[in-house]
Amino acid sequence: MEFLFEIEGANFSVAGNASSTIKRALKQRNVDPAKIKRIVVALFEAEINVVAHADHGTIRVLIEDHQVQMFVKDFGPGIEDVKEAMREGYSTASNSVREMGFGAGMGLPNIKRNADVFEIESVKGLGTNAHIIIYL
Amino acid sequence: MNEIIKRIEARPVCGDVCSLRTDDFEFAFASDLMSDVLRLTYEKTMLVTGLCNVQTIRTAEMAEIKLIIICRGKKCDDQMFKIAKECDICLLETNYSVYRVCGELYSYGIKPLY
Repeated sequence: MEFLFEIEGANFSVAGNASSTIKRALKQRNVDPAKIKRIVVALFEAEINVVAHADHGTIRVLIEDHQVQMFVKDFGPGIEDVKEAMREGYSTASNSVREMGFGAGMGLPNIKRNADVFEIESVKGLGTNAHIIIYL
Repeated sequence: MNEIIKRIEARPVCGDVCSLRTDDFEFAFASDLMSDVLRLTYEKTMLVTGLCNVQTIRTAEMAEIKLIIICRGKKCDDQMFKIAKECDICLLETNYSVYRVCGELYSYGIKPLY
């Protein structure tokens, strides 16, 4: 089963809709609730990152028998130092993002904590690609 | 839940809060930072927060939190109600501060997570 979402930057009123849709789909497939939580927390943090930092982006989710793969691509400013961005507390988020309850530098570490595989590559000025896998 | 509602002078504004049993909530976690909420691994947890926007509800949805206490007199809006109903999340509003709500919950026997 494959899902594709277009994500609009800066629009927090609909941020989380993609993750919510995936949560419902996983519940319908009777996936273990503990796995669902790991998947949707990782995806939600990634979705929030796109909304918080990029002009726009896409999320593609593949639900397979043995794993869930999430491909998150954004057209944003890119991450200058990915290694530093993986450190808890490192953040370049704006005040408006912080007012929504995010932007404290926990997003990428939260994704890594929940993922079985987390690959991220970023080009300054072009955007960021993330690939997250969680085994079922 | 009636005793908790009374102690914190809360207004049930969404969901059938009274149908919830205290047994459903062993723990409380207070935060205005949603990424910290997303790190929780315990169930039976209620969220105490002063953050009142749609992302509060979405975060609770992802973290499997079924009761949110919105503090400091903040008012939920219609979009929050809509998503909370869809996700079967109950909302309480109170004029009390987060600190005071936590004190009341603690003295009632609701445990901290850490």
